[in-house]
Parts: sequence; C-alpha cells; structure tokens
Amino acid sequence: MTTADYERNMVLSTVDYKVIGTRPVRHDGADKVTGRAIYGADFDTSGLLHGKILRSPHAHAKIVSIDTSKAEALEGVKAVATAADFPQTDDKKWVRDNILASDKALYAGHAIAGVAAASPHVAEEALALIEVKYEVLEPVLTTQEAMAKGAPILHEGLTTQELGEDSGVVSNTADHFQHEKGDITKGFAEADVIIEREYDTAMVHQGYIEPHNGTALWNTDGRLHVWCSTQGSFVVRDSLADLLDMPVSKIRVTPTEIGGGFGGKIPIYVEPVAAILSKKTGAPVKIVMSRKETFEGSGPTPGSNIKIKLGAKSDGTITAAHAWMAMEAGGYPGSPVGAAAQCVFAAYDIENGLIDGYDVVVNKPKTAPYRAPGAPNAAFGMEQAMNELANKLNMDPIDLRLKNVAAEGTQRVDGPTFRRIGAKEVLEAMKNHPHYQAAKAAGHGRGVAIGFWFNIGFDSACNIAVNSDGSINLTEGSTDIGGSRTSIAMHAAEVLGIPVEDVSPSVVDTDTIGFTAVTGGSRTTFATGWAAYEAAQDVKRQSIERAGSIWDVDPDSLQMEDGVISSKTDSELKMTFKDLASQMSGTGGGITGRASVNPSGVGGSFAGNIVDVSVDDETGKVTVDRFTCVQDVGKAIHPSYVEGQMQGGSVQGIGWALNEEYFMNDQGNMANSSLLDYRMPTSLDLPMIDTVIVEVANPGHPFGVRGVGEANIVPPTPAIANAVFDATGNIMTQLPLTPGSVLDSGK
Amino acid sequence: MPGKTHVQTTINGEKVDFLCEPRQSLLECLRDVIGLTGTKEGCNDGNCGACTINMDGRVVTSCLVLGVEAEGANIETIEGVADGSNLHPLQLAFLENAALQCGICTPGFIVASKALLEQNPDPTEYEIRFWLANNLCRCTGYDKIIRAVQDAAKRMQEA
Repeated sequence: MTTADYERNMVLSTVDYKVIGTRPVRHDGADKVTGRAIYGADFDTSGLLHGKILRSPHAHAKIVSIDTSKAEALEGVKAVATAADFPQTDDKKWVRDNILASDKALYAGHAIAGVAAASPHVAEEALALIEVKYEVLEPVLTTQEAMAKGAPILHEGLTTQELGEDSGVVSNTADHFQHEKGDITKGFAEADVIIEREYDTAMVHQGYIEPHNGTALWNTDGRLHVWCSTQGSFVVRDSLADLLDMPVSKIRVTPTEIGGGFGGKIPIYVEPVAAILSKKTGAPVKIVMSRKETFEGSGPTPGSNIKIKLGAKSDGTITAAHAWMAMEAGGYPGSPVGAAAQCVFAAYDIENGLIDGYDVVVNKPKTAPYRAPGAPNAAFGMEQAMNELANKLNMDPIDLRLKNVAAEGTQRVDGPTFRRIGAKEVLEAMKNHPHYQAAKAAGHGRGVAIGFWFNIGFDSACNIAVNSDGSINLTEGSTDIGGSRTSIAMHAAEVLGIPVEDVSPSVVDTDTIGFTAVTGGSRTTFATGWAAYEAAQDVKRQSIERAGSIWDVDPDSLQMEDGVISSKTDSELKMTFKDLASQMSGTGGGITGRASVNPSGVGGSFAGNIVDVSVDDETGKVTVDRFTCVQDVGKAIHPSYVEGQMQGGSVQGIGWALNEEYFMNDQGNMANSSLLDYRMPTSLDLPMIDTVIVEVANPGHPFGVRGVGEANIVPPTPAIANAVFDATGNIMTQLPLTPGSVLDSGK
Repeated sequence: MPGKTHVQTTINGEKVDFLCEPRQSLLECLRDVIGLTGTKEGCNDGNCGACTINMDGRVVTSCLVLGVEAEGANIETIEGVADGSNLHPLQLAFLENAALQCGICTPGFIVASKALLEQNPDPTEYEIRFWLANNLCRCTGYDKIIRAVQDAAKRMQEA
C-alpha cells in the first residue's frame, strides 16, 4: 500500500462562502448514531398485522390457477391478496403484474400473492399453503438469447418499436432506437486506426443494506396512509393512485428514514400489496422483504451486451464512433439503455457518431435505476476501447482523452449541446495528481477512465417558518439518504446569514409539502437546495419589508447581509435577524417563506479514476491497491458528504468490477441470493479512497451545484479493467473480473 | 406451536425479562418484543452485520442467536452505547467525520468498533479493516468509517 506524502482529499475550490463549503454535523446525526432514527421496518402502530409475499420459483411460467383457501383457513391469517384484487385497468397491466403477477410469472422471485397475519411467522407458514399451478416455460436469460430467432417470447402483446415506429413484430426487443451525428462511414474511412470490441456485463444489485418495506393503513374514511422507505414519497403516492385507481388526495405517504437506495427504492413493490391487505382487514399491514426477496423480487440493474467501434487519426483525433448496446430490461420493458446512450460518448467531441440502443425483455427481475443507470455498462466498453486506442497509438491515456475532450459548445452524438462542463478540468486534475505522477509499484498495473452522468432537475418544494428566537424550521420533501437535510439547510443558512445549527430541517409527508420529485438523478442538493435558497430569499424579502415597516422607512433603502438588516443610507438603522424575529408577533405576525422550483439549469458531472491493482499470478485475484476519484461537482455544499458520495460510488464500482453478479442457473434461478455469495466489498477488500473535488461552477445554479451522487460509479469498472490489462496484458471483456476470468482471458 | 419461553437477561445494564417463541431470533426479540429497534436487520443470515450486538463480551450478529439462547446473558445494544445524554467518543467521531450516510449500518459498526477499542485501544488501519469486515456498508466505501474509528481511538486515549 502506498503511503500518501501529500494532502489527501483535496478540494479545488474557486469560490468561498460562509456556510456553503463548511462541514457541519448533520441535523439527523444524533438519532442515527444512537439507534433512535425510525426506518421503515422500525415503524409500529396500533393493531399492526404482518404481511409476507409468495414468489414464483420459476423464471418463466404461465399461472394456471391460484388456490388460497387453505392459507386463508390457517389460524392467525387475516387476508390473502392476489392480482385479482387490483382494479383491472387495461393500461396499467404490466405495472400491476410486476407487483403481483396475474397470468404469467416472468422471473424467479416474481410476486404471486400476499398474506396478512398476526405474526410474520404465521404469514410465512400460510405462504406454503397457497397452491399455485404453473405451466413452466423455457426461460431466456440474456439479451443474446432473447434476441435470437425463435426465442421463447415473454409477452405475446409486445411488438418492437423500431426507430420510433411500431414494427408490428412480436419479439423480446421492446425498442430499438438510434442517435446519429455526422457520417460514420466517412469517419471510419478517414481513420488511421480502428478499434472494435464486444463487451458483456452481468446484472448487479444496488445492495442497499435495508431491505424494502412498507406499512399501509386503509382507513375507514377511505384514505390510505403509507409509511415506507422510499427515494420519493410523491412517487409512491402517485404510483399507488395509478395502481389502485384512486385520487392522489386520498393517499398520504410518510417517508421513514431510508437505509440506502441508489435508485432501487424509486419503484414500489410491497406497498400496494400492504394496501390491499389493509383494505381487506381494516388493520394496518407491514411487509418487510427478506434479503433473498430483495435480490430476486426488487429491481437490479441490467446485464448488457455492448459493441464499441472507434476510428482515430494517428494523432489521436477520433474520426468516428459507433456504440451498439443491448440491455436487459428484466421481465417488463424499460432498461436504462436510453440513459446509457446519453452517456456513452459524452466525454468526447465526436464528429461522426452512431448509437444503437436495444431494450430487451428477459426472464430476470424488472430492472430499476442504479446510480447513473446504464452509464457504467456503457463506460466499461467505451473507456476500455479508449485505452486500447491509446496503447495502439502509443499515447498517454489521459492525453488521448484530453485531445478529444468535450467542452462548452460540444454537441453530443445524442443531440444536446454542452453548457459549461468540467471534463477537461477533471482530466487535468488526474494528470497532475501525485497518484498519476508516482511510479507504479513493481508488478502493479495502473488504469484510468472517466465517466459522465447528466443529472436531472425536476420539481422540489420548501417551506421555512421563522421562530421567535431567529432560528428557522425548514420543511422539504426529499427523503434524506446521505445527509441532504443538512446540505439543503446550508442553502437557507447561507442566504439568511445564520449558522446552519439555527436551521431545523425536516423531511415531511406528502400532505405537508408541495410536490417534490425523487431523491435520485443527483438532483436533491441541486433542486431541493435551490428551493431552500428561494424560500430563504422569500424570508429575506419579507424580513426587509418588516424592518421597513417597524422603522417606517422605504424597504428599498434596506439590505440584509450576514444576518443583519441595515439601512443603506442611515448607519443608525441596524437590527439582527434574531432581533427582528423576536418582534414578529405584534408587527404583523410570523414570517414564513416558501418556494416551488423546477430548475432547468442542470449541470452534468464528470468523474475520473486512477487505479493501481495487483493480480495474483496463480489465482487471478485482483486487489485494488490504490484508488483516486476526481469529480467535477460544480460546488461542494458539504465537502465531507461530497467525498462520501465519491468514495461510496467508487466502491460500488469496485464491487461491480471485481465480484458482483447475479449468478443464474440455466433455469433462471439466482444461485447467490445472499450477502455471503453476492459478494459486495468489505472494509478488508479496499484501500482508502482518495478524492479530488473539482469545482467548475454550474452556471445554472445559484451556488454552482452540479449534483454529485452518480458520475462517480461510471469510471471504476473500465479503470480497473484497464489496470488489469496494464498488469497482465489481458483485455477484459466481461464483468465481473472474477479470478477465473482474469486467468482465462490470458489464454 | 409450542408455548412461549420466559427469558431473563440484562440489556444495557437493566434487568429485562421477555417471552419468546423458540423460533424467534434474538434480533426479532430485541426489535419486536422488547422494542429496541436500533439494532437493524439487513440480511437475517449473519452476513451484513447490521444486527451486531455485544453478548457477554462477544460481538455477535443477533440474527444468528435464538431469543431463548439469551437466558442469563448480558447484552449491550446501540441504545446502551451513549452514557445518558453524553455520546460515546465513537458516536461523536462518526458524526464529525461524516462516517454515515444512510445510517442503517451505523449501529452495528459502532457496537463492533466499541468492542475493538476496548480490547485494542490503538488499532492499525489493517486491524480496523479486519475487525469490521463482517459489517457491510454500501454508502461510504468505508474510508470515513475507518478514519472515525481511528479518531475515536485517539480521543479515548487522550481522555
């Protein structure tokens, strides 16, 4: 292991603020280190029943019949639910069927029925008494199998959307789309060097430590109240309204604390089943998934089959690029191949490019978002191809990337033109980093890669109530997975010039705050932070007006800075925000600020890795010895939590690269659905993860925030593969890089 | 179904009696019978460490212990780590080093780390990594957790 002889975890700041950029202790911290924080499975309420879900043992089967009578007769069982209990609206069939299958089981682990009982053990016993008759069909488990001629068909009603038009052809390919820029035939003809290779990646899981859970109470007044761990309480509300065919006004969702999500807790699974069971019993019903259910019955991210072809001049200029990507959607259409297409070439200025994307259904769990969904799969191919190109041209791999790097004004192959981005600054920080400058240890390999995620904006709301002591209560709707209460509170504190400890932030339910989109897409600090900024501006405006009325002067002659309201013309007129707050009652009442935003100025983020590995000659085991993550975050609101995102994303990428995969037998059953056999990185597998925060301000946010959660998981898999190549000379075309595959690829 | 068994234990210094079915794990007893929900369930088969408690001086995953096996045991859970309203140095170090993100694994990490520092007040990075290898964290990449344990060791030595 290398001893660092430099300052680790650098922050390359360009602008300083009073609160933004500091590292306060999070507001929910005390509850989370003492065990007091209430997560979904901790929730309890009077008369609670416990639910369990029966799941298909078959990856592909027709459901002939379901007999629940014996289960219902078991002492302690209160109700059984099946797909027949949902309102049978035609347009929601696939969504509904993924919650409880009606006519077909499309993956092993597919939910079939739910039971509510006095205890979880009784509910589990009852599951064994439900008699399901299946007609077992042949499963298709990869995109290659699913796209092959004569493959078993998952959905008789699914026809391929071919370049935006319904082809009328029944197949497992739900969609084929293209993005095209320039003329690749011309571009490849101009190339001195061409690289062409095919890559495969395995299905992987987000691996949040807290399994899915939800408690529902269908009250006697017809209102449904749900408590659950979710990345988006409004998504749960709106999805339930759709599935249960009821107005959103009848549904209230209270988000509990959430034990990780990484995209996987955007969709709903157990909540609708709990709701139906509650409606049938009149009692609240809690359902908590087991770990096995979390692997087999929630939404992992797809395996993929990717072909990359690059053409370049001998000076390194890319003349043409073609990406062909097929991704596993799981049992129902909707893989992240569209997002992958937005990211695959985004780091580079490519004159002639073509991207083909295929969304393919297979007999595996319906995929869900996972941190920069689709982008790591795409980068595993593209960034290895870039490495191969650099080797062929005998160029430094960072220099090759800098030669072609995308910048402000670059038009991506998929259409959009970049505003100010930090791809170049990330590559330069990598090149200048002591890690890249240091000599490699003997026998070690070094790899680099960069990755992109576009980030999203969407709706967020925030309310602020001023207390009489000058503190503020801030309410918002973004569930807090990694310290976002505090980063959002810091926006308001900065605007009002008060300490962040004077802000009391709360994540509240869907009855209590305006519509707020998911905690996902790296949007939370960006968009909900912006809502807090605007709500604080509203408070500031009203505070100045109130001071004007107290002093009987024109508010336009006043200003508020660093928590002090003062006159621009009369130095005698001065009052702290605290003083003003103490006078609110009697001068017009309490001050409340509010804002709802839908920011359009979202700024994409680039991350890059430098990785040193050693490879055991005899076993093929790869050890990551040194790892550096560089990311342009725009502005780090709370640098410690930004570093935490970078380190966490890096380590998920390391797991994806080296260990993790859904290991399916030929019948489509997952053979490693435990945390022993689905091997996520432990503390012992890793070095410290060094970080460099690059701050190229996003012009579309008041403090320059880009969003930080996702881009960091994109470069690890190719950076590690490139390092393994450097150590062994073996090109790694399959994820994960298991010891066996590292040895085999040398043959 | 056989009847329930009466189990007498000491939990966080207090005598606690509870009734449980033979099939209930100690984790389930702590959470659902006694109401101490600070101990978390992540896998229920001993592989994630979220349910880590200290039982008679040993760090155990409480999902792999039956409730009836706790007869006579002296148990410490996350709820017993702080001294009243004073946080333990590990809890302070976790907060100040941003060693938690979602926080679901945090109780297990703190209970496990406390046992480490009690028997090895000045562990190396490797010793910390080795000791905590049964506790999975999916958010942090462990870097800030390792640093928090190092920081807590320093605070405790200086105290």
